Amino acid sequence: MYQYTEFDRQFVKLRAAQYRDQLERNLAGQLGDDEFRPLRLQNGWYIQRYAPMLRIAVPYGEISSRQLRVLARIAREYDQPDAQLFHQAQQTQDGLGAVPVPGGGQVGSRLKVGYGHITTRLNVQFNWIPLVRSADVMDLLASVDMHGIQTSGNTIRNIATDALAGIAVDEIADPRPFCEILRQWSTLHPEFAFLPRKFKISINGAQEDRAAIGWYDVGLQLLRSDAGALGFKVLVGGGMGRTPIIGTVVRPFLPWDQLLNYLEAVIRVYNRYGRRDNAWKARIKILVKAEGQRYIDQVEEEYRQIVELDGGAHTITQAEFDRVAANFAPPALPRREHSGEDAVLRTAAQADAEYGRWLARNVKPHRDPQLRAVTLSFKRIGQAPGDATGEQLDLAAELADRFSAGEARTTHEQNLLLPWVHADDLPALWHAARKAGLARPNIGLLTDMIACPGGDFCSLANARSLPIAEAIMQRYQDLDELYDIGEIDLHMSGCINSCGHHHSGHIGILGVDKDGKEWYQVTLGGADGSDLSGPAQPGKVVGPSFSAAEVPEVVDALLETYRGLRQSVDGKPETFLATLRRVGIDPFKAAANAARLNEQQVA
Amino acid sequence: MNIIETKTAGAQAPADLAGVVLLAPDADPLALPLEGVTRVELQFPKFTDGRAFSQALLLRRRRGFRGDIRATGDVLVDQLVQMERSGFSSAVLRADQDVAHAKRQVERYPAFYQGDVLESRPLFARFV
Repeated sequence: MYQYTEFDRQFVKLRAAQYRDQLERNLAGQLGDDEFRPLRLQNGWYIQRYAPMLRIAVPYGEISSRQLRVLARIAREYDQPDAQLFHQAQQTQDGLGAVPVPGGGQVGSRLKVGYGHITTRLNVQFNWIPLVRSADVMDLLASVDMHGIQTSGNTIRNIATDALAGIAVDEIADPRPFCEILRQWSTLHPEFAFLPRKFKISINGAQEDRAAIGWYDVGLQLLRSDAGALGFKVLVGGGMGRTPIIGTVVRPFLPWDQLLNYLEAVIRVYNRYGRRDNAWKARIKILVKAEGQRYIDQVEEEYRQIVELDGGAHTITQAEFDRVAANFAPPALPRREHSGEDAVLRTAAQADAEYGRWLARNVKPHRDPQLRAVTLSFKRIGQAPGDATGEQLDLAAELADRFSAGEARTTHEQNLLLPWVHADDLPALWHAARKAGLARPNIGLLTDMIACPGGDFCSLANARSLPIAEAIMQRYQDLDELYDIGEIDLHMSGCINSCGHHHSGHIGILGVDKDGKEWYQVTLGGADGSDLSGPAQPGKVVGPSFSAAEVPEVVDALLETYRGLRQSVDGKPETFLATLRRVGIDPFKAAANAARLNEQQVA
Repeated sequence: MNIIETKTAGAQAPADLAGVVLLAPDADPLALPLEGVTRVELQFPKFTDGRAFSQALLLRRRRGFRGDIRATGDVLVDQLVQMERSGFSSAVLRADQDVAHAKRQVERYPAFYQGDVLESRPLFARFV
């Protein structure tokens, strides 16, 4: 992991002090709410439906056990609303009604306190911290090299990457040194703190795109030229929201040391020409789509001038790359005698079916043949996707210490991954993770769904995500059934801002507002760019939106249609997405429409 | 950085205005004739509109303009540091802004990661 220098540490502390200054001026009436808003946003503080929300940066997803323990403390000591506020919030949410679970029962909003929420962009959010205590939380975070810098606002946000960065078997080059160099370069960048709109960058270093680079404002793919030189393919102008667009390749190959100079050009041209009259058209994707080649030409010309006229001051030196890269050397683990683990694992897996499933779903190969990457599942009944209580955060920290050199990763799918687990430790980790409730063997399956906090917390949401997620979670508890359905990406957003990445879900669910009621649009066939999903693309809308009560039934109907139509390929059943692509959307559409309540009543 | 309170900003003699050019936020700073210009005024229609940061930077870094670059419009104390780093040399504060708060912000950070107009080298190129 990257180790903070004295400069880094001091910088984050000064930022916390600056935030306290701003907060105190705001509370004293010397800094108006309108002026305070972008300042608090640039430190991760939103005001949500019932309380402030804090988004804490986890740079490119790497987090230490020490940091997890501080998040646990924040959950316990600060993520606590007063009783009246909580009661009021729960009552208001109760008024929105319950969602029936197919097969019986129903699920309403069940607000919780004292937990962190892992986001699709690798950050961690808290929902109940009173604003008056916000500066104290920033100080606490700074004590473990954490902060909320540029986790919101129209700035360059936290850099994303693959959760397997630096350990993947198919890696071309480790993206983390570049993530860190970008983190430093983008932090408090004086020119780019008030862009037309937010700006998100993702870097993929592997053969498989596990960083959804097609969906980012800037997506970077590490690659080697024919001559063996390291560089990036640069995509610009991807994004979700109201107008889903896949990024355009503006540079097939950019030498690695030019990354900062080139991004300076990309963002400067955007800062000048990006629309500021309409927030829905302000993302760089709209500019790139409207201007096409003209945008690319401008960027190339600006880049040329940055290098030739300005002197290219931000050309990354080999010394700086080496300094940063040294931080990401694998941890020194005690080497062990090879125990013939494969045989041990096979025997144990045969003896315990659930352990076998956990090995198959939650354990991934590692570049070091003795090691494995293990995902702790935060997708289980009774808790929203990605939610981790203070106790669970402490348990995860303990598992990271015992089994993974004190390091964990937040993942795009809202779980935690342990990157340095010795294969011989898998049985012990399995028992410990199961005891902690974090060993549900559902990674990559239906219940490993992505969901944003939605209308239970977010003031932007049109509809709730969490009761729908919970209804589906309850319906699909049978592991045999879950495994029979197989690999599938179910993504859910409470509004068109698309925090739940519904556009890239094989099944996407989007909350929409109609007559002040909660409705949901269903999309099919979206892809994030992974090998399973194929090239990034948005899903297609199934038809008019569905009521909350209909959504779990629709998901059920879609999956039944798949199971009826799927074929066997080389003795293995097709995935949901493969069947959908082979037969087309029509039978799925028909099944979804037949699940509408009024049609059932008519029939 | 010359921080000007609004009440004194209006008191300039008309003679001072010779050599002063106003550059609109959507205008190209690379195309601006600079001969005889002593001051370029850049505008912040809203403090969240960051186009003038790029304009100031290009005037200083690429055009080599050495005269005054002044921030006008919705200028808040909390943006002064980034203004100075982008090349502004003076700023007319919005009427309700308190200069006392401005001082604290300007003195807060001893250094930054990326290069800017005050120090063109990024941090990594300074400590080798």
